[in-house]
Amino acid sequence: MKQLGICVLKAWTALVLLVAGATAVAAGSGEVSALNLRRGATEISGQVYDLHMLMFSICVGIAVVVFGIMFVSMYLHRKSRGAKPANFHESVKVEIAWTVLPFLILIFMAVPAAKTLLAMEDTTEPDMTVLVTGSQWKWHYKYMDRDVEFYSLLATQREQIDNRYAKGENYLLEVDRPLVIPTGQKVRFLITSDDVIHSWWVPDFAVKKDANPGFINEAWTRVDEPGIYRGQCAELCGKDHGFMPVVVIAKEPAAYEAWASEQESIRQQAREEEQRLLAMNMSMEELMTEGERVYNATCAACHMPNGEGLPGVFPALKGSPMALNDMQGHIDIVLNGKTGTAMQAFGKMLSLKELAAVITYERNAWGNNTGDMVQAKDVNAVASGE
Amino acid sequence: MSKATEIISPAHGEADAHDDHHEHHIPKGLMRWVLTTNHKDIGTLYLWFAFIMFLVGGAMAMVIRAELFQPGLQIVEPNFFNQMTTVHGLIMVFGAVMPAFTGLANWLIPMMIGAPDMALPRMNNWSFWILPFAFTILLASLFVEGGGPAFGWTFYAPLSTTYSGDSTALFVFSVHIMGISSIMGAINVIVTIFNMRAPGMTWMKMPLFVWTWLITAFLLIAVMPVLAGAVTMVLTDKFFGTSFFDAAGGGDPVMFQHIFWFFGHPEVYIMILPAFGIISQIIPTFARKRLFGYASMVYATASIALLSFIVWAHHMFTTGMPVAAEMFFMFATMLISVPTGVKVFNWVATMWRGSMTFEIPMMFAIAFIVLFTIGGLSGLMLAITPVDFQYHDTYFVVAHFHYVLVTGAVFSIMAAVYYWIPKWTGRMFDITLAKWHFWCSLISVNVLFFPMHFVGLAGMPRRIPDYALQFADFNKWISLGGFAFGLSQLIFLAVMIKACRKQGEPVSDQVWDGAEGLEWEIPSPAPYHTFETPPVVK
Repeated sequence: MKQLGICVLKAWTALVLLVAGATAVAAGSGEVSALNLRRGATEISGQVYDLHMLMFSICVGIAVVVFGIMFVSMYLHRKSRGAKPANFHESVKVEIAWTVLPFLILIFMAVPAAKTLLAMEDTTEPDMTVLVTGSQWKWHYKYMDRDVEFYSLLATQREQIDNRYAKGENYLLEVDRPLVIPTGQKVRFLITSDDVIHSWWVPDFAVKKDANPGFINEAWTRVDEPGIYRGQCAELCGKDHGFMPVVVIAKEPAAYEAWASEQESIRQQAREEEQRLLAMNMSMEELMTEGERVYNATCAACHMPNGEGLPGVFPALKGSPMALNDMQGHIDIVLNGKTGTAMQAFGKMLSLKELAAVITYERNAWGNNTGDMVQAKDVNAVASGE
Repeated sequence: MSKATEIISPAHGEADAHDDHHEHHIPKGLMRWVLTTNHKDIGTLYLWFAFIMFLVGGAMAMVIRAELFQPGLQIVEPNFFNQMTTVHGLIMVFGAVMPAFTGLANWLIPMMIGAPDMALPRMNNWSFWILPFAFTILLASLFVEGGGPAFGWTFYAPLSTTYSGDSTALFVFSVHIMGISSIMGAINVIVTIFNMRAPGMTWMKMPLFVWTWLITAFLLIAVMPVLAGAVTMVLTDKFFGTSFFDAAGGGDPVMFQHIFWFFGHPEVYIMILPAFGIISQIIPTFARKRLFGYASMVYATASIALLSFIVWAHHMFTTGMPVAAEMFFMFATMLISVPTGVKVFNWVATMWRGSMTFEIPMMFAIAFIVLFTIGGLSGLMLAITPVDFQYHDTYFVVAHFHYVLVTGAVFSIMAAVYYWIPKWTGRMFDITLAKWHFWCSLISVNVLFFPMHFVGLAGMPRRIPDYALQFADFNKWISLGGFAFGLSQLIFLAVMIKACRKQGEPVSDQVWDGAEGLEWEIPSPAPYHTFETPPVVK
């Protein structure tokens, strides 16, 4: 009967190893597996993947042995088979053995883990640095060595989320302006937050670091292959936590250089355009059209598309005293935010023209009909403290 | 021991006279339950309360799974979804698992150590009866303007302070009441075990359920005040202008996480140590063989409890701790697997060369060993800091802690109820229905939680109401498993209602063939008052 037990044990082991092996192969071959961690695009992410597979195999091994013995026992030592209970209930030798053996296995796991950890946390001597700032619910990227900075927002249409349009291939994992980094260079990320805690995560880089308001965290990556890498915010950050993806495009250094220079000149032009606009007035129609676009992209997440907000969480703009009467206060709160609340300072996120348009929109939409027009120069006046 | 017995004896005589008086005037109806100081009544109250909360928290899980059945937003808004995940977690931890264990402690500890009741019976009544108020307040917060707490059961600042709704005050108040209840329950357990053991019941003769609960009670007293401190700081940060967790005022949001997890990690063991005790009672009974390594079980439990105080920051590897701290918490966490392994090995060694039968409690206990171990092994994987950066805040973590808390803690509670309820009611429960309950639960719980490992590894973050398309297939399965698991618990409800109505065959005093211990020596059903004269343990 003991032999039968051993047979059962062998069959069980073979089965589990087969399943585990098949999973490992399936996972190792594909780019992104539906079942397993991905190998990723960097040396570090490869090391992390190997560690994961090592840990996984050891755990499966332990489980096979322990459960195997237990199942054999459940088969052999049943009362219905006439098993008589033995008398033993302790054994110093065995108990020491199964305390020491796991300890040795742990040391075997700990050494490679510590090595990889030290490599991951070594943020010294970067080739370039990007400041990553999370805020409800978008990421902001600022290239510390150049004149490039921008916000990166979810690009999936509202209609897809509400099941009115078919969902695209990269549903919820697409942004309007991805972060662009060069391949083969050590890119350091300085990560912080404007409001609550977020967590910047790109699985292909094995980088996940919390964005803590008031503190700066560091992480780094060196991407080998050009490509598009997608991730998400990993720390619950409020209502739209599920809707702030991270997209990083890695380009060859030359292509990156061209992209960065182009961005710098676009920014330069935008600044000149802004100055020119200060001297011009936009028509009500132009303001309202532009304002509606900006409102839906930026403000509607909290204040809702109908301007009614979420009672008790986000205030309504429809019929609010500020939107109806206090124009200076209105411009000020949109520009500078309100400390101690979720209301952010949009002065650094939107252009003067966009700010003017969206404030005009808020003062005239949903029956607010004040007839007020706010021009770029009005916003500029408040911004520069005139 | 003899000294302790002497101290008890006179008091005991007095209690006897008092009880005799009561025997004829047990209040009837509702007032019996409101005024009761009887450990068995209070145990029953705790267990029914926990079960109701389990169904309420489960209903919230159904809302979550319904929303996640397919990609896109269908049923609830993200803000309400976050309230559901938050309140589901709070209710299951503080309303279901912890009160259920306290209920079992109330029923069993006096009967196991040969004591007539808990040491502090009036406090016992109080510690139960404040709980319904705590959870009424928590549930009521869902209906105030702006909705209930939506910041996760871990209530990380500043999401729970500057950026939360006004219902945070209700949340804080209700957590305070839960904490007071737990501390009073823990004090009662400690005082009872220290002072009321029967003559001859030495420390190393105590049943393991008593041992694990004693250690749990010390953990509770150590960490519940820390939780109280954390919620109080959240309250003052939000409403009274302090800046404990606000960098703008000199505070630090990461400090919140250190304080929370200094409570939170021992809390995890508070929810699993009594489970270890239950399994250590059940396995020997149905293997008809003494527990293997009793002493090492006690030492392993104590080591786990001590280690639980130095591993908290493994929940925070991505917060940007210094690398030396990350190393320390990684190694300390890995170390916990040694005593935990000892426990599992001891259970298997107890089964080895026993004479096993597979009644319902044994089936739940075996399911516990396998599934809890899976949760333990994924926990070991999570301890490895560099890989944790990938696992952290994904469904892999959700799978891990549901394996240890649902197929671990909750399965052990079900095993315990099936094991001891014949003693409580004097009748065998409906075995056919209980088998249905077991198999439906076992299959559905794995369809529910196992695929979560896969979507987590593939990159699905937790606490999101909508997800990318590559996670859609598994989420469908997970939701179906979830609905099936939820429905399976209605079978449990049916078994329990039948049992409490005393339907079923009368059972012997020993109930189970191989059961040993003082609680099996008293009549079935257990009389309202037991061990009025202490038994002598040889």
